[in-house]
Amino acid sequence: MDVSMLQRTYTDLLTSLFREGILNQQFIELQQLQDENNPGFVNEVVSLFFEDAGRLITELISNFNQQAVDYKKVDAYVHQLKGSSASIGAEKIRSVCQTFREYYDKNDIQGCYNCIQPLKQEFMTFKSKLEALFALEQQIVAAGGSIPMMRH
Amino acid sequence: MTWFIIAGIMEQKPRIVNQIKLNFSLVWPELSLKSWRTHLYNQYFVTRKVRETWRRKLLLLWIVGWIVFSLSLLWYMNSTQVEKRRETLGNMCDERARMLQDQFNVSMNHLQALAILVSTFHHSKNPSAIDQATFARYAERTAFERPLTSGVAYAVKVLHSEREQFERMQGWTIKKMYSSKKSTARDQGDGGSTEVTPQEISPVAYEYAPVIFAQDAYKHVVSLDMLSGHEDRENILRAREVGKGVLTAPFPLVKSNRLGVILTYAVYKSELPSNATPNERIEAAIGYLGGIFDIEALVDKLLHQLACKQSISVNVYDTTNGQIRMYGSNQTGRGMSHISALNFGDPSRKHEMHCRFTQKPPLPWLAITTSFGTLVIAFLIGYIFSATVTRIAKVEDDYHQMMELKKRAEAADVAKSQFLATVSHEIRTPMNGVLGMLQMLMDTELDVTQQDYVRTAQASGKALVSLINTVLDQAKIESGKLELEAVPFNLRSLLDDTLSLFSGKAQEKGLELAVYVSDQVPETLVGDPGRIRQIITNFMGNSIKFTERGHIYLTVHLVDEAASLWEVETETDPQSRTNNTLSGYAVASRKRSWENFSIFQHGSNPFDRPYVSSSSDQITLIISVEDTGVGIPYEAQSRIFTPFMQVGPSIARIHGGTGIGLSISKCLVGLMKGEIGFASRPQIGSTFTFTAVLTRNRSNSTSSEYKPTEFYGMNALIVDHRAVRAQVTSYHLRRLGIKSELTTNLSQFLSKPSLNMVLIDKETWSLEAITWSNFASMFTSSTIPKLFILANPTLKNNSPSFQDVNLNIILKPLRASMLQVSLQRALFGGGDKGNCRNGVAGNLSLGSLLQGKRILVVDDNSVNLRVAAGALKKYGAEVTTADSGKRAIEFLKPPHTFDACFMDIQMPEMDGFEATRRIRGMEAVLNDRIKRDEVCREINGKVIQNWHIPILAMTADVIQATHEECLKSGMDGYVSKPFEGEQLYREVARFFKPNTKLS
Repeated sequence: MDVSMLQRTYTDLLTSLFREGILNQQFIELQQLQDENNPGFVNEVVSLFFEDAGRLITELISNFNQQAVDYKKVDAYVHQLKGSSASIGAEKIRSVCQTFREYYDKNDIQGCYNCIQPLKQEFMTFKSKLEALFALEQQIVAAGGSIPMMRH
Repeated sequence: MTWFIIAGIMEQKPRIVNQIKLNFSLVWPELSLKSWRTHLYNQYFVTRKVRETWRRKLLLLWIVGWIVFSLSLLWYMNSTQVEKRRETLGNMCDERARMLQDQFNVSMNHLQALAILVSTFHHSKNPSAIDQATFARYAERTAFERPLTSGVAYAVKVLHSEREQFERMQGWTIKKMYSSKKSTARDQGDGGSTEVTPQEISPVAYEYAPVIFAQDAYKHVVSLDMLSGHEDRENILRAREVGKGVLTAPFPLVKSNRLGVILTYAVYKSELPSNATPNERIEAAIGYLGGIFDIEALVDKLLHQLACKQSISVNVYDTTNGQIRMYGSNQTGRGMSHISALNFGDPSRKHEMHCRFTQKPPLPWLAITTSFGTLVIAFLIGYIFSATVTRIAKVEDDYHQMMELKKRAEAADVAKSQFLATVSHEIRTPMNGVLGMLQMLMDTELDVTQQDYVRTAQASGKALVSLINTVLDQAKIESGKLELEAVPFNLRSLLDDTLSLFSGKAQEKGLELAVYVSDQVPETLVGDPGRIRQIITNFMGNSIKFTERGHIYLTVHLVDEAASLWEVETETDPQSRTNNTLSGYAVASRKRSWENFSIFQHGSNPFDRPYVSSSSDQITLIISVEDTGVGIPYEAQSRIFTPFMQVGPSIARIHGGTGIGLSISKCLVGLMKGEIGFASRPQIGSTFTFTAVLTRNRSNSTSSEYKPTEFYGMNALIVDHRAVRAQVTSYHLRRLGIKSELTTNLSQFLSKPSLNMVLIDKETWSLEAITWSNFASMFTSSTIPKLFILANPTLKNNSPSFQDVNLNIILKPLRASMLQVSLQRALFGGGDKGNCRNGVAGNLSLGSLLQGKRILVVDDNSVNLRVAAGALKKYGAEVTTADSGKRAIEFLKPPHTFDACFMDIQMPEMDGFEATRRIRGMEAVLNDRIKRDEVCREINGKVIQNWHIPILAMTADVIQATHEECLKSGMDGYVSKPFEGEQLYREVARFFKPNTKLS
């Protein structure tokens, strides 16, 4: 594929991610942190997030499936997840975590429980979209083009 | 009774509560009162229902009780009245009976006397002294003695043996009294009237009692044998047996057709002893006297005599055998009656008098009204108590409702502020997205128009964010959450920065901007620079908005100085003062904007009061912003500080703004223990002034403003025909260490040898029509000082004389840094041009701050850790990471080489606060040892007197993390997570000097 086409696809995808609210400003900040001294920074951080968040969500679900749910632990997981997602700009995941914690503060266990599925869902969506984005990025780099909108 | 007691208690309760409240609120302010209230409140809800039902029951009981009472009262009063009536009736009846009896007795006595008369003059004399005519005449004439007798007759006892002789003597035969089957009981008088017409000769009997004398009216009974009549016979036999008057049963009289009785007396031959036996009496009887009593007439007469207002009906009965009515109507009325016994002297016959009121008893009005009145009063009292109790209950209800509403209102107020804070916070997040996208858009290839659109959109977005921040401030102020920082800062550079914000707009409008800070104001002050800047920005923003010509002049003095300025201003001639302004336009008197401040109100002369600020660390600044704008209409001046209030709706349309700025400024000034005021004259200008209490900076650890040393000892000449403007220039030069002299006339000072530079205002330059050539000609060629023209940006390039290469143009507004650069360039040549022109860009300066710094980032979240580290590395910092508070402590155990630490607050095991506390603890121990010279002070070539690594908290939620909490645990500040460039810069700038300037 043509580099410019790839670049346009990349831009469109990124724009759609912002439009759908999956990503926020923070992701741009993150991209801006990436420079010649620190190539692949975004990829590194996001991969770290996938790993971290995946682990947290698994723990969360397994904790909820137990007989005696340790809500303190659950809250700690969600707090972690919220912090991570805020850092990389995963807006939707962050907002679900926010909702979860609001329910938690109100002692609404059912509300918390209802957040688990959306959380998982949002994480899967986020992961697939971002992986697609990174794949595109690599294609662009491989094709010798520069990644658009990375310039400041 | 319980009802009363309960009502009383209920009445007293609120009063007691009030008293208790008063007492309690005096001693313990809030806590005890609250608990007491809660207690009451609970008790109230428990007892309320019970009380309600009790109240109803008691009310019902009260009503029923009083109904019973009033009924019994009615009954009692009525019965008393009836009793009284009965008594009256009895008295009347008895009276009548007695009188009747008396009169009857009188008649009876007279009849007895008549009997004695007959016995004396008829039987004891021979021949008889009485014949029929005599008897009749006598009886007639003595009839008045016997008012009740209608007639008398006398019969003699004749034995059968004497009959013939008797008949012969009398000349008539003894006739039998008619005793038909119908009227056997009728006497001779009666028989004589209707039934007795066919008189028969009396049959043979043992003895006879023929009538020999009779009153004229009863002449027809003469010769009738009384013993032949059944009634009469019995009467006669009884009379002679007892020797007393004997009465017959009542019967209707012949003539009057009234009822009557016959009284019979026996006449004896001789005087009999009183204890004579009946047989003796029978033997001795020789005749019988009978009298007819007209009972009805008798009673009528009697009643007539006794007629009185209360008419009663009287019935007289003979009750010997059954009840035979003798007098009165036969209708037996119902109701009360009284029976009096009558004694007519005949023990064998019984008579009774029955009395009855003719009228029905009147209704017992007194009783009725009394009982009814009582009932009404009782009902009224019941109603009053009930209403009172209901009212009390209602008031209590209302009170509780009010309390509830108050609580809710307070909660709503808190919620509102919270909401505002949250919403503002939440709006900022998407706005960041918008702004970020716009930034991205600007980086793409756009044509000029698109660039313009995007720039406009971004500017609007930024304006919106700043507006949201303002609203957030307002919310914080209202909820009392806004707290001021106390950090050392340099006021002069702060004001320079603030001024530069407005230089663009001022340039557009052609306004002259200037700042002047009195020399007496210390270099470094401790306070909240952000808030001071906010107030000044607000003032300046308003001034810019409403000023179309002239100038905006920001001045800072100590309050002590202001007092002397006052003196100066009062001394100045008004005419010259109008000209003695920055731009020559008239201004609103600055003095008038602060003359209402209480700080100037002590004593008439401000010099009399001792200055607090000079004696302690407290410094009171007076800061004024003076403009030559349209001013504020007098009618709007009173509400200038009211939130959301603007001069008029058109103002909002033309100039925009929410009208919240001044109100926030006022609050902020209040927080700084200062005052705010203004003076404004329409079409001339406004001057806003505020005071703020700050403290002197005692510690020397923080650096003062960077002062270039290269200009020390230089002399400058300022040529300006406006003294105020010259003063401003002089002030900026002084900051650079340059001594300056002022003059209005250039030629006077040109001979001075040590002159390094001459600064001429462009206006004066034009006015005096100086050119470079004639300027240069004034000096000997070796010592020509550098010439600088101070110009407003809009005025540049319009005069050919400025294109002269030897002229250095310095653009106003003057700022120390800019002036420094310009002078450097002109005097020493070179220098990086434009570097400091408009301040340094945020990230660049952040880079300059963080370059080469060793920073420890602590966060348990690996992603966050990575991002934060990445961000800091980006700015050139050397970053070390730690994933827990414990590891952070290990890293930061002094001595170490870190320059700063960013610490997450919320971490498992050991949170940021705790970790910071421990680090501070370790530092304190070491510092203590350093003081006692126990350890070496030199580490890595640096001498460290006092270990204190700046620790900044990282937190996702800026609102929740209060500054105070961070400070309490020993942190130096906080930054939001993810990092925001400006905030990071602001916080970091407090600890690091920019590397570029140090180099």
